[in-house]
Amino acid sequence: MRLEPRADSPLALQVFAPVGAVVAALALCAALVAWTGAPVLRAYGLLIEGALGSRFALTETLTRATPLILTGLAVAVAFRAKLWNIGAEGQLYMGALAAVVVGGGMLDLPAWLLIPLVLLAGMAAGGVTLLGPAVLKVRFGVDEVVTTLLLNFVVLLLVSMLLEGPLKDPMGMGWPQSAPVIAAAELPKLVARTRLHAGLAIALGLAVLLWLMDTRTIWGYENRAVGANPRAAAFAGMPVTWIMLRTALLSGGLAGLAGAAEVCGLKGYLTLDLSPGFGYSGIVVAMLAQLHPLGVVGAALFIAAVFVGADAMSRAMPVPNYIADVMVATSLLCMLVAGLLTRYRLRRG
Amino acid sequence: MDIVASLLDILVSAAFWTAVLRIATPYVLGTLGELICERAGVLNLGIEGIMTLGAMAGWMTVYQGGGLWAGVLAAAACGALLGLLHAALTVPLGLSQHVTGIGVTLLGTSLSYFVYRLVLPQASTPPTIVPFQPLPLPGALAQTPLTYVALAMVAAIAYVLYRTPVGLAVRMVGENPAAAEAQGLNVTALRIGAVMAGSALMALAGAFLTLSAFNAFFFNMVNGRGWICIALVVFASWRPGKALVGALLFAVFDALQLRLQQMTGGVLPYQVFLMMPYLLSILALVLVARRASYPRALMIPYRKGER
Repeated sequence: MRLEPRADSPLALQVFAPVGAVVAALALCAALVAWTGAPVLRAYGLLIEGALGSRFALTETLTRATPLILTGLAVAVAFRAKLWNIGAEGQLYMGALAAVVVGGGMLDLPAWLLIPLVLLAGMAAGGVTLLGPAVLKVRFGVDEVVTTLLLNFVVLLLVSMLLEGPLKDPMGMGWPQSAPVIAAAELPKLVARTRLHAGLAIALGLAVLLWLMDTRTIWGYENRAVGANPRAAAFAGMPVTWIMLRTALLSGGLAGLAGAAEVCGLKGYLTLDLSPGFGYSGIVVAMLAQLHPLGVVGAALFIAAVFVGADAMSRAMPVPNYIADVMVATSLLCMLVAGLLTRYRLRRG
Repeated sequence: MDIVASLLDILVSAAFWTAVLRIATPYVLGTLGELICERAGVLNLGIEGIMTLGAMAGWMTVYQGGGLWAGVLAAAACGALLGLLHAALTVPLGLSQHVTGIGVTLLGTSLSYFVYRLVLPQASTPPTIVPFQPLPLPGALAQTPLTYVALAMVAAIAYVLYRTPVGLAVRMVGENPAAAEAQGLNVTALRIGAVMAGSALMALAGAFLTLSAFNAFFFNMVNGRGWICIALVVFASWRPGKALVGALLFAVFDALQLRLQQMTGGVLPYQVFLMMPYLLSILALVLVARRASYPRALMIPYRKGER
């Protein structure tokens, strides 16, 4: 058996690849569910019902998908330009930090002015966080994978330090949490009496915008050119360093926005458990989407459904909700193989 | 003057050096494991998840009534299995080593947590085991057996890499796989073997945490140690001896910050000290980045007859 490159990869194959990968991943995880002794079909039924079965379940899934779309977009734009940003988790927390600082009552502005300001502050904080590793990469040749990973831990400690120090909520009963953002900084709800907030609309709008940028503008073209072959791009006269840095700002900004939107739309304040790994799940989202901005939306919805559904399932049967994380990891690995099969075919001999 | 005197006191105390060797052990094992993988041309970002699985599997084996050494073996076997997964995807299939490694880390971590929660659904305080005891030796030599295993590994791996045909072959497939192939070497098999062996060592680093350093398994207990090992490999220019020096140096700083934290008594928030290992790793990467001589075929998949 050997792999032979395909001359072209049909669109149908590219659409089928993530679907096939997800089905394979769910089948593999069925073995794990069976091992716990739970009835597999009933467990998966509960998972789907818990994620999509009611108005409440649907809005919960969409709420969960909001930060995942944004971190997924963050990873997708970075990976497109071969900037390996594994630090979306840290950038998300920096964005959330900026949101509680700017939205915490420091500025007494009307909502139509304050909300954009808070979100922009979050984007700036996230962007600057990734700019550091990007500068180290282009200036000193330091591998950004390790630096972005390590910065995740530094950022969490910084947040922990501020939450126990200057940002600590005096009304917080001693818990390490920030004071809530003021009412004018809160994102409006999309559906009354649910947790679904305007962050989803922003995330969807950005996905479309990034898709247009990718296909219709010189910026998108340059990003893809640098990702495909930086030397060729430099030879063609493209400012590779500047393209890398602006990609870093954009990618970090999207992850920072995810954090700011979680604070202003959902939680209201900042704690150390704001994100259950949205930054890392963003990598899976981006890969399932094959780095396509519109695909990110679908992939984020799937991952969100798995998390929300698994929570419901684990309440009803003795399957730990970590099954969701296993499913997500397995989906990523299956997707890598599926992606390969869109570019190569298996040949005998 | 006070500070200088108390610093000297710390540096001559046996307790300090005992701590240094203990702190260094998982870094030595993890760095050696990553070094073997990268010498064969495969970046293994699965290290964090492999260490977590090693920590969980080792602890779980002992908790279920197995011996301590059985736990060590179970951890190594689990590590080798995850290594096989990483190698199967990155070597014959040539998938992105970055993304596959992150996937292996996510899988190793989530599987560990899943199994732990399945066995212990309601454990709020983690149950403990009786861990390895220090050997009855004087001063800083009173270490648990796994520390001596780690030190022996440095010598053994240096010997194998530089003094045996297998070691030469591993280094060759990491530098120039086409030339290795022309010499009749099986590039795929060598790379898979190296990644499995390296991953087993990473799992030992994890098992040290639950079987020697502590006596229980906690969530997030690996806490970025794997990523630090990746930085240490670059810092050590892919040499086992330098990896030991790097890990020890790192452990000295880590042990010092713990004591400085007590000495300064709350002038600085404790988080500042906890940030040090990560910031130091980034600094180390910046310092050596310009003259780092990566194995030439690192991260470049090799497919026969394809350029």
